[in-house]
Amino acid sequence: MMSPTQWDLPPELCCRPMAFVALTGLDVTYNAIHRAIWDAFCANRRADRVPISFKVLPGDHEYPKCRTKRTSYEWYIPKGILKTGWMNKHLNLVPALVVLFYELDWDDPVWKEKQSECATKVEIVRTSLQGRNTKVAVVLIQKKTPLPPGEDLVASERAASLCNACDLSGKSLFVLPHTDHLVGYIIRLENAFYEHAQTYYYTEIRRVKSHKEFLNKTTHQLLFVRHQFKIAFFSELKQDTQNALKYYRTAYSLVHELRTHETNMLEIKTMAGFTNYKICRLCFQHNTPLDAIAQFRKHIDLCKKKIGSAELAFEHTAWMSKQFQSFGDLFDEAIKLGLTAIQTQNPGFYYQQAAYYAQERKQQAAHMCAHEPVGSYPTPDPLETLSGALDFYGQRAWRQGHQSIDPPDAEKEKVGIQALQVKEKDVPHSELIIALLSNAVAQFKKYKCPRMKSHLMVQMGEEYYHAKDYTKALKLLDYVMCDYRTERWWSLLTSILGTALRCSYLMAHVKDYITYSMELIGRASTLWEDQKSRIEKNLIKVLMNEVPEAEPDCDPASAKAAQALWSDRVSLAGSNRFTIEVQDYVPFVQCKARFLSPSFHLDDPVQLHLYLKADCPHPVRFSKLCVSLSNQEYNQFCVVEESCKSQDILEPLSQENMCLVPGKTRKYSFKFVAKTEDVGKKIEITAVDLMLGTDNGRCVLLNWRGGGGDAASSHEAIQAARSFRSRGRVPEQHAQWDTVSIQASTMIISRVPKISVQLSHKPPALSNEMYCICVSIQSNEKTVAKDVKLTAGLKPGQDANLTQSTQVTLNGLEVCDESHPALLPDIAIGDLQPGEKVEKSLYVCCVTTGPRIFLFHVAYTMTTQAEGTDITCKCHKDETVTIETVVPFDVAMKFVSTKFEHLERVYVDVPFLLMTDILSASPWPLHLVSSQLLLAPTMVALDEPQSQVEHVVLQTGECASECFSLQCPPVLNGTSSVASGQYLISWKRKSSCADAPVVTTVVTLSHVMVETIPLYVHAELPSFGRVRESLPVRYHIQNRTGLVQDVEMSVEPSDAFMFSGLKQVRLRILPGAEHEMLYNFYPLMAGYQNLPLLNISLLRFPTVSGQLLRRFLPSRIFVKPQGRQAEDASIAAA
Amino acid sequence: MAVCIAVIAKENYPLYIRSVPTQNELKFHYTVHTSLDVVEEKISAVGKAMADQRELYLGLLYPTEDYKVYGYVTNSKMFRKLHNSFTDVMCNPFYNPGDTIQSKAFDGMVSVMMVQAS
Repeated sequence: MMSPTQWDLPPELCCRPMAFVALTGLDVTYNAIHRAIWDAFCANRRADRVPISFKVLPGDHEYPKCRTKRTSYEWYIPKGILKTGWMNKHLNLVPALVVLFYELDWDDPVWKEKQSECATKVEIVRTSLQGRNTKVAVVLIQKKTPLPPGEDLVASERAASLCNACDLSGKSLFVLPHTDHLVGYIIRLENAFYEHAQTYYYTEIRRVKSHKEFLNKTTHQLLFVRHQFKIAFFSELKQDTQNALKYYRTAYSLVHELRTHETNMLEIKTMAGFTNYKICRLCFQHNTPLDAIAQFRKHIDLCKKKIGSAELAFEHTAWMSKQFQSFGDLFDEAIKLGLTAIQTQNPGFYYQQAAYYAQERKQQAAHMCAHEPVGSYPTPDPLETLSGALDFYGQRAWRQGHQSIDPPDAEKEKVGIQALQVKEKDVPHSELIIALLSNAVAQFKKYKCPRMKSHLMVQMGEEYYHAKDYTKALKLLDYVMCDYRTERWWSLLTSILGTALRCSYLMAHVKDYITYSMELIGRASTLWEDQKSRIEKNLIKVLMNEVPEAEPDCDPASAKAAQALWSDRVSLAGSNRFTIEVQDYVPFVQCKARFLSPSFHLDDPVQLHLYLKADCPHPVRFSKLCVSLSNQEYNQFCVVEESCKSQDILEPLSQENMCLVPGKTRKYSFKFVAKTEDVGKKIEITAVDLMLGTDNGRCVLLNWRGGGGDAASSHEAIQAARSFRSRGRVPEQHAQWDTVSIQASTMIISRVPKISVQLSHKPPALSNEMYCICVSIQSNEKTVAKDVKLTAGLKPGQDANLTQSTQVTLNGLEVCDESHPALLPDIAIGDLQPGEKVEKSLYVCCVTTGPRIFLFHVAYTMTTQAEGTDITCKCHKDETVTIETVVPFDVAMKFVSTKFEHLERVYVDVPFLLMTDILSASPWPLHLVSSQLLLAPTMVALDEPQSQVEHVVLQTGECASECFSLQCPPVLNGTSSVASGQYLISWKRKSSCADAPVVTTVVTLSHVMVETIPLYVHAELPSFGRVRESLPVRYHIQNRTGLVQDVEMSVEPSDAFMFSGLKQVRLRILPGAEHEMLYNFYPLMAGYQNLPLLNISLLRFPTVSGQLLRRFLPSRIFVKPQGRQAEDASIAAA
Repeated sequence: MAVCIAVIAKENYPLYIRSVPTQNELKFHYTVHTSLDVVEEKISAVGKAMADQRELYLGLLYPTEDYKVYGYVTNSKMFRKLHNSFTDVMCNPFYNPGDTIQSKAFDGMVSVMMVQAS
């Protein structure tokens, strides 16, 4: 902390005034009870306790003497506005109330003596306070707990007697029982004290107010101010802040009504400042911050121009600075107590303005204390006073109390001013400025003002520079520089860089010096050309290991010291190599590197162009340029190096390859052949290094990460891309800088294969067949393609199920099984001579239908030449094909009765037919080699089943059918579902060669319901009848149960037939036996005729209806017309 | 009358900045730059509330002791003139948006609006 200065506000002004109450008669050092009482008064003074400042004073303490009261102001001329001791006197010296503590119980045995001793003590206090309105109170410290009021008659009698003896009112006598509830009693006591104190301050206010009538406006102007200030201050002590504010406001306007002249300007400003401080403080306290701000603005506007003595102008700025600072403090304090500030109205602005005035003060001080013949500090000290302090605030020590316009003694005035100027010279101005700026920075950081913060940090940096603390200056400037750079405020950046350059020069920091110079002569700098030229020349000197010229505006003495430092650096060996990462700056050399293509084939040389452009005023010569790549083996191909002599650096020849001419783009081309092992890898530019200077002098490596570019280049690239100029045609050799874009990486890809892979096949593939794909590989290379390998089969990365259901083989003679893979890797083909062609057949078996992608990957190695060297290239060519797999045919089957009627179910031991249809779905003709029925044991064939479709060729959409006669043996449970068996079809493509394997497709036949019936009826009749010729029909009725069956039979009459036989009969059939019924039908009509219906009913099985049984019987018969005998024979023959 | 007029790109760098030649140019540049804090804050606050009805006039940005900084000032039709002139610059097919403004007509308009150096 800095020691308080003349301009700091006095602490008694800044504190919160509280009623002053003196406690006497307490021995806090030796008496434990007294100590406890005192502690109860002092400890835990929280906001809920009354605002009193207590002090323990001895009983015979001498209070400040009260001056004799003035009876008339008629001849009184005031010497100043406010005495310096006044506020402190009323805060700390003159109590509002003196409390005498005395140990006395009501029943004390020596009551009389004690009473008179107490009265004496009161009298001593009273005498010391002669002339003051200070109240006196007595507190009796008692050991006993008092009885409720009115009950203790002795107590009330003795209390009255004591009051009488001490000349006290009853309200001023208190009892403090020293019991457990001490704090409670104390709080009650202090509340009573507070009331007394308030009365005291009230009378004080009345007293001061009463002076007013004696004053006149001509001679007592100062008193008007003084009295208002005092009333306000007493109001504050009384905790009446509303009235205090009102009186301070009056005092404030009265201050500005005072006649001002050079001699009292400081006094007026001081008092205005004090009053303003009080007003603002109270406004913040009343939570009316806008009033505070308005008052402060008014104050500043009123006082800004009140400079006072021109020779002491720095005093005014110092005072202004303090005004802003203390307002900032008040504002900040209010915020800490809960006030909300905003971005545009926060304490930061006041600190900033305080700093601004502090800077002004510094300048004025430098100005006034430099050109004046200030000389040494005068003796005797004109600032010395008898008391060591001033009597009135804001007065001059050498003419205290002087209130007329002209100074009483011109000589004394001169010496006094000289003393002040000498003193001002010793003020640590920079320290003050920096402290204020850093206060402001903290505020702006809080209120989201990053730019304001940066600006203040720049000012701090500059102040450190002025204070010659270059390290701190650079630290701050470096910190904010990048903000200005990224925001592209070049004018501001240039100014900061200028300061930074001076700092680094004065410290002889070579690397920093180079870094800042390099940006100051670059394109972001807004310096004039001559300035840039000067800096570049200095930079070249540094590169030559010489001492640079001093920066202009440097303090000559510091510059001289810097020259010495630089000379030391020159003689110092080593540490003369500097690497500067320029990516984040805007250096004077721009760099862009680009691979000519985003990818290069292995047999093409990789091409890389590097563009450089200097923006400085003079040409520069560099000694080495190298590009670092992610594979360092290539670095050797990307170097330009040409050592240079000092002469070359000083006067570079602009046509030289290593010379960068300002504004001209220079291109450097590099070429190299990539390594075979880098195929499929990315090559990246990791860095570009440009070496300036020489190895024997100083050497600076400008290092760009990646493919170049700097802090400004990305924005420039965007602008260039938008610009209409980029759309114009630009001749290749004059490649415009803006149109060059960075391409920092490239891929190395394998050589383009010169080989053809052709596939021939007949899609779609039929499921399960051995599908043949013919691959023909022909080399178009000029040299031998060695070690040709074919990888063929299902392309990896498809549905995993496809891998299971696809098999690939080279052997087309047998059908694949699951042991075959889906992909055949690296089938060796051998070497291929130029133009040679090879064919391979691949057989694919697809079990499931759907599309599949097949891959044919041909890889080989060959030797070729690139850039004069032989390189071995691995080449490969991929061919893919999507093949759909379809079913060759659809198989349909059905069960029908011997009458070719569709059957839902079949009956035990009743013959039925199985019919199969093979419908070709293949676009190619199919050759059905054979078919076979494999019956389940639950079914038997009635005759040896033979394939009926053997060697049938099916065209697309054609159908081949077969029919088998079957019968089911008896089943358990009367009814059940039984398996039928399998149907095997052997086939191949019609187009396939003879030895192609036959594919067997297995179709599982569906299950069928088998039912047992109790009675079976079948008829035996000729295939046709003839009109009027007998048609014998024999019905066989079988009892298939183990019981004797009663059967009722009847034949219904029919129009088409006459018949003979039993029309209606009832008969019994033994278990397993068969009954035969013979009818002779006699057809009457020709054509298809319904046979007479045979009704059968089983008495035991009513459910077995005649209808069911009729299904086994023919329902109609074809009746031929009656013909001639001769024709009969011919028909029969036909 | 204005002592300094600046046109700022949306990326916060100056497209055009000119101040009266008699005073410290750098000080004005800093003032303009710091006032961007307020512009940024105002724009982001408005952006949240009502992007459609964004008021172009940002008003008094912040008071310094000696000058008042306004964003998009409309009083005395000053800004309208400047805006019209700026529109003309933008309409120039040879002007690349984002580049600094180098236009004699714009210069002239700005000169009219500035305090004349005596």
